[in-house]
Formats: sequence, structure tokens, C-alpha cells
Amino acid sequence: MKNKSLLLYAFAYLAFLYVPVLVLPVFSFNDSQFIAFPLSGFTTRWYGALAGDSAMQHALGNSLKVGIVTALLSTMLGLAAARAVTRYRLRGAGAALGFISLPLFIPDIVLGLSLLMLLGAMGLPLSLAAVVLGHLLVCVPFALTVLIARFEGFDRNLEEASADLGEDGWMTFWRITAPLMLPGIIASLLLTFITSFDEFLVAFFLSGTEATLPIYIWGQLRFPERLPMVLALGAVILAVSVVLVICAEYVRNLGVKDRVVGA
Amino acid sequence: MADNGRNAEGYGLLAPTLVVMGLALAAPLALMAITSLKDQSGIGFGQGWTLDEYGAVLGRASYRLLFLRSVAISAVVTLVTVALAYPMAYFVAFHARRKFFWLVALTIPFWTSYLLRVFAWKIILGFNGVINSGLMRLHLIDQPLGVLLYNPFAVVVTLAHAWAAFAILPIYVSLEKIDRSLLEAASDLGDSALRRFLRITLPLSMPGVIGAAVLIFVPTTGDFVTPSLVGGPAGTMIANLIEVQFNGVGNWPLGAALSLVSMAMVAVIAGLFVASARAAAKAVR
Amino acid sequence: MSFLSVSHVSKSFGGPPVVNDVSLEVMRGEFFALLGPSGCGKTTLLRMIAGFETPDSGAIVIDGEPMNTVPPHLRPTNMVFQSYAIFPHLNVFDNIAYGLRKLKLSKDRLRARVESMLATVRLEGLGNRASDQLSGGQRQRVALARALVREPKVLLLDEPLGALDKRLRETMQVELRAIQRKVGITFLLVTHDQEEALSLSDRVAVMHQGRILQVADPRTLYERPNCREVADFIGEMNFFHATVREIAGAGATVNAGLLGLITLPAANLAPGIKPDDHILLAIRPEHVRFAASGVAGDIAASTFLGERSHFHVRIPGRSEPVFVSGNAPPSGAVHLEFPPEKLIGLPIAD
Repeated sequence: MKNKSLLLYAFAYLAFLYVPVLVLPVFSFNDSQFIAFPLSGFTTRWYGALAGDSAMQHALGNSLKVGIVTALLSTMLGLAAARAVTRYRLRGAGAALGFISLPLFIPDIVLGLSLLMLLGAMGLPLSLAAVVLGHLLVCVPFALTVLIARFEGFDRNLEEASADLGEDGWMTFWRITAPLMLPGIIASLLLTFITSFDEFLVAFFLSGTEATLPIYIWGQLRFPERLPMVLALGAVILAVSVVLVICAEYVRNLGVKDRVVGA
Repeated sequence: MADNGRNAEGYGLLAPTLVVMGLALAAPLALMAITSLKDQSGIGFGQGWTLDEYGAVLGRASYRLLFLRSVAISAVVTLVTVALAYPMAYFVAFHARRKFFWLVALTIPFWTSYLLRVFAWKIILGFNGVINSGLMRLHLIDQPLGVLLYNPFAVVVTLAHAWAAFAILPIYVSLEKIDRSLLEAASDLGDSALRRFLRITLPLSMPGVIGAAVLIFVPTTGDFVTPSLVGGPAGTMIANLIEVQFNGVGNWPLGAALSLVSMAMVAVIAGLFVASARAAAKAVR
Repeated sequence: MSFLSVSHVSKSFGGPPVVNDVSLEVMRGEFFALLGPSGCGKTTLLRMIAGFETPDSGAIVIDGEPMNTVPPHLRPTNMVFQSYAIFPHLNVFDNIAYGLRKLKLSKDRLRARVESMLATVRLEGLGNRASDQLSGGQRQRVALARALVREPKVLLLDEPLGALDKRLRETMQVELRAIQRKVGITFLLVTHDQEEALSLSDRVAVMHQGRILQVADPRTLYERPNCREVADFIGEMNFFHATVREIAGAGATVNAGLLGLITLPAANLAPGIKPDDHILLAIRPEHVRFAASGVAGDIAASTFLGERSHFHVRIPGRSEPVFVSGNAPPSGAVHLEFPPEKLIGLPIAD
């Protein structure tokens, strides 16, 4: 009885989440400039327009660059910092952790603007590098959270056992720490990449003339005639992300199966 | 001795992150604090120090209204989002047969652009939007409804949708962690299902609820995209005002003061909330 | 000449010392146990020998080589961890071969060496088994094999049988002893289980609050503990307060209150005990006898243990019961006899 109503609620909630998102693919195939019911017919011309839009491609390239660099840097920083707080007895580790997590408690607009002011004061130009710096602020706390959880999840004796069996710190990292941290590292890379790829506000203030994809989209929203094309872009991003996530899960499951077969 | 060597190694691992955060966080905030104590003269700053900007931020009624509205909208968004997400997370943690399927299904909508998720609501709620055109087509209304878009209500609905994943996941994790034998013990000791929920499940899932609330409250208070797209004049929030100081009128000291005050406000409210939620969770027992 | 020497080693983690001025000499090929309750510092001492902790002061020497500045991966020691620390991403074979990489053995020789070690720990044919498919006992064997295959000078074992159930523990005790005899490597075992320490080891060091109280072979430890803590920790013991009257030749006369005046062999007194000293008289439950006459008491509780039973006997004027292990007496009212040659005298710590 109770479970039934809960199940019903779950489906209603799912509908609430999906309906607005499904607007994107539905109207991206609609053969009309106006986004309203009734639908007027099927077309793929918006996707054609998207493929021919060089400004979009440039912005996409910028976003991929920024996202990949941000993901790699924040995961590397997070890996080192997570190791420091979980494997050493450091004075002030708690304070350092609090400081690194601070951006979680500061609105993005403040982060972006304060960096904008600093760059201005130092006479540095706005650039994609500035965007990466801003995105590190947002992404490092996420990376750190994911990686600390993973470090805490494995027995530190494993690393000691490796040292005991004759491997120095570097080889221990490659033979024990890295393989065992891999799921955490992948999760951190994915999370930070997606966060950076989707981030608008910080990039809005720091990117200067080099638009990232969200800034490009923001610019298009003012032109009603370009909307169906933007919806097509949203639909593509959604499709690619879903395929990526499913692939990641598939690979993860493969790993699990291998072990069982080896038994 | 060697322990110091080991500690030095640990600090060495921590150092790069601290340097980056110092450079990208501490220095800019310090500069922002300094700027907020200046006044704008022409395209530069005036000499000397002044609290004028803070006077303006706190003194002007229109600014106060904006602060109040931002906090109120954000608080309602947080409440609505968490309240809607809790039963969902509860269902997945305790009753769903295929948890993994549900978790993926719940997160897929968040794998597309935040801007477009927000914009989708503009399409749905707009004057010629999905709801209006749909209702007119069904002849339920003759005129499009104008009350759907460009108001605080639209902002709340949009944000509650956009941030749902940030509520579901932390709450789900904290529910999932609850030792099932605790629930059996509570029933065994005579608690009804409701009392058991109030005395065991809810308090033990509080860390997830608090985490979700903070994760949602902080960014939504400072959100710029949603009020710009669906808020209209009545739904304008503090971030819009701040943005204008930098990109529009070019009064950086005032923008800096507005930023710092809103940051402090968010921090204080979030801190108070966490403290009182913890106290409340304790009091339930 | 000792093989492993620990001299005046101390260690604290910011608070009171966890290991306090400990000195220890272990012989080549010896099976040596560090026995003590949890938190007594035994694991910290073991980890200092392995190199995972650095002593605040003191020296550790193995086979003539000072170890203080040698990092763990270069020490001639290997460890069996309490959690076993089996690498979860490697199978049994690769776990055991882990520490052999630096030897650069040919594939065949590596395989032969691992296979022979698998045979030693009786895991033949399980080389390809994934590490999460192992039982507790098998994990313990893999941990042991992984450490032994490197032929360390000293093998360190941190509560190696603690995670196993009682049955398996007893089997593994026998095997561990047999393996040690076979490989001839010096074993240093840390345990809180006195039975394990006594049955496995050539010698045992009893640790308490960071200090070593007594180092002796198991029999001496059981029969001649040198203080109350050791006597208490190793098996069960009855204690009576007493005062030394005189020590004359081979006999010592003590006034033991309820037990009256007793003359026991002077050799049964711990060294350093003088006439007029207040001491503790100690006797094991199995040495107390039910008799026709002697100290009168009542059986307050009894536990049937098969061949023998265990009794709590209340005697008037004494708050705690006397523990007696023996055959069932006829009725509730009994008399107890305390054979003087089985009583030992221990100093009272001040």
C-alpha cells in the first residue's frame, strides 16, 4: 500500500525531471522556428545548421580544452592533497581542508568577479587560462571529496605492505596506489570535466573574447530564430553524455566480471 | 627526526593545492575587500578609504529588498527541492528493486547544459510556450496565461528542477548508509513505522539533508542565469545587481561591497542553518 | 650474539610514551613472541622494527646492521599484517611474486619459487585465484607466503591468527610452528593471546604499558612470573597478601593472614624480597587442592569443563573468591590446601 504510493511518487518525480529536458530533443526535430504546440513536422535541418556553425565549433573546442585541462589539473591537485590529509598526521590539515573547500560555500559570481578584479589589478588579460584558474576553484573541492573518500576506502596497510616487500614510494604508487585509486580518479576526472564543461558564470567574467560553449549558448538565447538550433545542441550534449556514462558503467562492470571469471 | 621528514613530504603534497587556492581564492577576495573600501571616481578609484559603499549596500531600501528576495527565493527553493527529493531518495534507498537503474535515470536529466535546462522552463512557461499553446489547443483557455513566467514562482520552479540532483544524491547516500538492523531494532522495541522514521531514519539521514541544503542554498542565492531568463523584474536577484556594477554601470567598489555582503550573508545563514538543524536532529530523540 | 637487538627504544605520539625504554635481544632462528594486552605498545614496537615508525630514541640492529635510518623497503624484514593487506587487484600468484620483482628472475625461476612457496603454505594450485575469492585462512597463508618468499632475516607477524575462528587458529598454530622450523627464519610474533604465545614461541616477552616486564621461555613465564601483571596476564592466578617473617637457608617463612604461617622454598620468592617485606603470595588454580582439613570455604560457583571443573570458593574474611581447578568435591562446604612448594612470592609494586 505504502510502497505503491511511493512508487507512484517516484514516477511522478521522474516525469518532473524529464519533461523539461525532453523539450530539447522534441523541438530540435520540429520543423518550425516557433517553439510552440502543435508540432509542425519532422526535420533535421537544425542539426545541419549546427554542424555548419563555426562559432559553435570554436566555442566547443574552447570548452573541451578548458574542461580537459581543468579535469587533469584539479584531479592531480586533489590526488596530492587527498593523500596528504589521509596518509599523514599533519598539523593544520583540517584547516587546510576547510580552506580548500571554501569555494563550496561562496556563490560562483563572487568567485568569478574577485578573480576578474585580481586579473585587472595585475594587468593580466582575460583568457581561457583565467577560466581554467576559476574552474579549479570550483572543481578542486569536488575532486578532493571524491578522492579522499576513495583513499579512506582502502587499507593503508596495503601501501605499507608494498614498502615492506621492497618497493620504494614511487613504485608503490604505480603498483598499488594508482590501480586501486583508478575508479576514484576516473570519477574525479568525469565530475570535474562535466562541471567545467557546463560552468557558465565564472567563464562569463573571465573568458574575454574566447567564448566557451555555455557563453556561446547564452549569446544565442537572445535570438529567437536561432533557438531550435540551440535546442539541437542541447540534445546532442545530452545524447553524448548518456552514451559516455553508459560506456563508463559498462567498462566498470567488465572489470568486475573479469575478477569473477579469474576465480 | 624522520617523522619530520615524513611530515615535510605531507606538506609538500598539500602545498600545490594551497598555492593555487591562495592565488585564485585568498588573493582575489582580499583584493575585493580592499576595493570595497574605495569609491569610484571616473574610471579609477578615489584616494583614501571609505565605508560609503557598505553604507549604500545596507542603507538603500531597493538593495535591501533584493537581498531579502534572494534569500527568500533561495530558502524556498532549498526547502522545496529537499522536500521533493527526500521521498524519492527514500524510495531508491529502501524500496527500489533496481537501485542502479534508478540512480542513472535520476541523473541523466542533469547531463545537459545548465543554461538549457533553465531555458527549457522559459519555453514551457512562456507566453507562447508549451503549457499555454497546449492548453489553448485543448481549448481549456482562450488567452495565454501571463502569470506563469517572469515572477519569483517561475524562478523557484526552475531552480528546484535544476538543482534536484544535488538533493537526491546526498540524501540517498546518507539513507543508504543506515544500518538496516537499527530499523529492525526500533520496531522490535515497539516503534510504529512513523515513529521509527522520525526517531531513527530522519535523524540518521540528517547529514545528507544538511549537506543537500547547503549545496543548494549557496549557489542558488548567487544565481544569475535563472533570474535573468525566467525571473522578470519581480524575480531579479542580487547576482543581477552585482553583474550590472561590473558589466554595466562600472562601479567596481559598489559591486565588491555587494559581493562581500552577500557572501557573508550566505555564510551566516548557512552556518545558522547547519547549527540549528543539528540541534533539531538531536532534540527529536 | 643476538640477531635482532632492540636497545632503549622509546616512542610517543605526542602523548605519554607508547613504547618506553624497551630493550630486547632475539637469537637467530628463534620464534619469539611479544605478548601483551591491546594498547601495550607491542604493535608499535613491531612497526618500528619494520621501519613504519621511527623511534624517538634508542637503536634497532639486525644481524649487526643498524636499522634506524634504513627505510622499510630496504630492511631485511618482512611482515604479516593483522589485516593481511592482500593486494585486492592481484591474484594469489602475483601477490606472492610482488616482492620478487627486483630480483629480476627469469619467468620459469620466478614461477618455480612462487610454486614452492605455495606448497610450503599448502596452497598448491590456487595461484590463479582472485584475492577476493579467498577464505580467512587462505588469506593468512597468502600473507605468510608473500613475506616468506623474500627470505627475510626476521619475519614480523602482527596478530596473524587474530582474525581466524578458534578451530582454524589452532590448526594454524601448529602449521606456523612447523613452517618456522622448516624455513629456519627468525619469527617475531605480536599477540594478545597468551595461549598462542606460550604454545608457539621459544621465548616470550610480556609487555605492559609500553614496558617489557619479563622475558622468558613459556614454562618459566607460567611457573615463575616475576610480578603480579605477568602472573595475571598468563593464565589465572590467586593472590594473597603476606609478610615475610624470615628467610633462613632454603626456606622462607611468611605470615599469610587467612592461610596462617607458611614456610615455602626461598627460591620461590622473586629476587630482591627481604624479611619484613609485604609481598603477594600467588598460586595457580590447579595447584590448590581440596582436602579433608585446611582453610574452610564454600563453593559459590562451578563450571563444568569436562575432565576437570572450575570452582569459585568463598572463604570467610576474603572478598574475592579463590579459584580452584580440579575434580568435584563431595559437597558445598570444602577445605582447601595450599601446597607451599607451589606458592610463589611476588613483590608489591609501589
